[in-house]
Amino acid sequence: MAMNAEPKMPTEGCSHGGCDATPGSDPTGDKPLGGVKLSRREFAKSTALIAAAITAAGCGTSALETFKQTRLREMSHDELKAFLVKLEKRYEARFGTHVDVRATPHAEGVKFAYALDLSRCIGCRRCVHACVKENNQSRPNPEGTHNNPIQWIKVLEMDKEKGIDLNEAEPYYNPAEVPREGKFYMPVACQQCENSACTKACPVQATWKEPDGMVVIDYDWCIGCRYCMIACPYGTRRFNWGEPHLPKDQLNTNTHVLGNRPREKGVVEKCTFCIQRVREGRYPACVEICPVGARKFGNLMDPKSEIRAVLETKRVYILKEDLNTQPKFFYFFGV
Amino acid sequence: MLHKLFQFLGGAFKHVITGNRTYYAWVAFLLLLMGYGAMGYAHQFQEGLIATAMRDQVMWGFYIGNFTFLVGVAAAAVVLVIPAYIYHWGPIYEIAIIGELLAISAIIMCLGFVSVDIGRPDRFLHLMPIFGSPNFPRSMLSWDVLVLNLYLVLNTVIVSHMLYKQFHGQQPNKKIVVPLVLLSIPAAVSIHSVTAFLYGGIPGRPFWNDAILAPRFLASAFCSGPAIILILLQILRKTAGLQIKDAAIWKIAELMAYAIFINLFFLGCEVFKEYYSNTHHLSHMEYLFFGYHGSPGLGMFAWTSVIANVIALVLFLVPATRTNFFTLNIGCVLLYIGVYIEKGIGLVIPGLTPDTLGEIYEYVPTKHEVQVAAGIFGMGFLAFTLMIKVAIPVALGKLQYKAKGTSAGDADAEGPAAHAA
Repeated sequence: MAMNAEPKMPTEGCSHGGCDATPGSDPTGDKPLGGVKLSRREFAKSTALIAAAITAAGCGTSALETFKQTRLREMSHDELKAFLVKLEKRYEARFGTHVDVRATPHAEGVKFAYALDLSRCIGCRRCVHACVKENNQSRPNPEGTHNNPIQWIKVLEMDKEKGIDLNEAEPYYNPAEVPREGKFYMPVACQQCENSACTKACPVQATWKEPDGMVVIDYDWCIGCRYCMIACPYGTRRFNWGEPHLPKDQLNTNTHVLGNRPREKGVVEKCTFCIQRVREGRYPACVEICPVGARKFGNLMDPKSEIRAVLETKRVYILKEDLNTQPKFFYFFGV
Repeated sequence: MLHKLFQFLGGAFKHVITGNRTYYAWVAFLLLLMGYGAMGYAHQFQEGLIATAMRDQVMWGFYIGNFTFLVGVAAAAVVLVIPAYIYHWGPIYEIAIIGELLAISAIIMCLGFVSVDIGRPDRFLHLMPIFGSPNFPRSMLSWDVLVLNLYLVLNTVIVSHMLYKQFHGQQPNKKIVVPLVLLSIPAAVSIHSVTAFLYGGIPGRPFWNDAILAPRFLASAFCSGPAIILILLQILRKTAGLQIKDAAIWKIAELMAYAIFINLFFLGCEVFKEYYSNTHHLSHMEYLFFGYHGSPGLGMFAWTSVIANVIALVLFLVPATRTNFFTLNIGCVLLYIGVYIEKGIGLVIPGLTPDTLGEIYEYVPTKHEVQVAAGIFGMGFLAFTLMIKVAIPVALGKLQYKAKGTSAGDADAEGPAAHAA
């Protein structure tokens, strides 16, 4: 690959074919993973190494490591490969076992979308726990100092009489049996918005929308300011308030660099439609586990996909449609 | 040139380390406060932000509340230069310098509060151009980083130039100072507006997503900033020999009365809009004033703030209480309390409660948060104390470089330095 003499500004449109077809696509150009390296930045970094050393002095060597880090989106193919090896070593040291970190790229002509049947969901929360298991979220640790359990899906229990009224929703329902009489259930996870408030808010471009639709986070670039969480109208981003508690025996070693690889303290994380699965032709964990088949998933660009069938034949509800977030997560009423 | 700079720095340093007992005790107290805060931060750094009461529902709290309040102080401090100029308040230079130094100290505290609030402070360079990848111009937070830093640099340059010149017995270069001072006024407005847009630009948070937020921020800043300056002027008049007429102080108080009224009027507009419309968006204001869904809310704070602001308005409006220093100072303290609540927890917490999915998480800052905040206030007060210690005698021509004798010294026997033990 030839050296790119012209520095690419973030305002440039997406050079990728997959982006162009999207109406209302992100003007910063959500450059996919594995782009061209910026020579300008490399130069800036070498000249600024002294400054970095001074700032790193207080924080130990990890700060210097962090500083030398390139953003995932700006890595060349080779840099990315080297970075994955580094990550695997880091996880090997942390967990004492091999963690497979892949960077499977998006496929052309694919835009993932999700649909959830509110008529069918029984509120069993199997999806919540399958998600935690699959995506290496921090587990409860009541005895430790860092009890910081994280769940990406929040299931809301609502009254059938009142309809979808978030101010009346109960996220902590805990009856012996679900579904309860007179109630319905609405699971909420990242809505993977086309017009995403979170990516606009992030002050360091650590979160962006991939060409196949998922909003992802560079866990090694996020500064933990939580402004994306402030911006998100769906409350679906999670912060690692403490050191994540992830016992080795509960670790999913099958990971994607933009998805379920283990996180650190002080960064934000969120649902990625199980990027590690869906880019390899599998369903998200929540779709697989759902006992009533309320969850549908597929390629929006494929006219024969199940998701297209849902959108074309069912009554669809978009959460907070008035905010023009253009989610790729649709609620529908199957019956 | 470099030689003269060292003379300045040496003279300033010598002046900073000499003082009377009260001065030493005050500095020691601030250093202790900073140490106490540093201990709290060390704990937070080790454990993570789990040491705070912030959680996924209320992800900003006491730190960002203090930040927002202090941006207002920083903005208003400089804007006081305009009336000082228009009404010929005599020591315009001194007032400008006090305003600029207060602005610098407030910005230092702002940056402190932002730094302790981020989860990965080791990655702060990611915010910077060249080293990092600022999401400019899309992210309001990257705008805020930009304007706050520019404002800090601008004020530092102005004050340093003015003091440096006066230390060497020269007049400040008007061609440099006047345009920069004039530039610092719109810059002051911009830091507060951009900080308001940080909140106002979030469509998912109806309590903040409001066109009136930036004007409200400015109105409240013109209450709290001058409230601090009024008290400072009185202290400096007594301790540092600053010549300032009573009439100037009363004029500031009169101007503040307008700001307090406008601020309360804006609040009234918001209250009308929410209660008359009576949509779901009312839940946040309900939480602020009365509690919501069985949760007590922030009523105690919110009403304290409103009542304090109303009493301050009366005290500043009535000539008899405005020109009485006892009641005037009570008014200043009330105003400070009122705006501190209004622009601190009274803005941040109800904006996030109930959260976007309707959940109510009762946020109350932990001991660690209060401890860290105390340390940052200590840092800001110390910065201000040390800077003003040098600035006032220099501005009054009492501290100047002398060609003969030692490098620098007090030309006058007045001021706290003269009473050094």
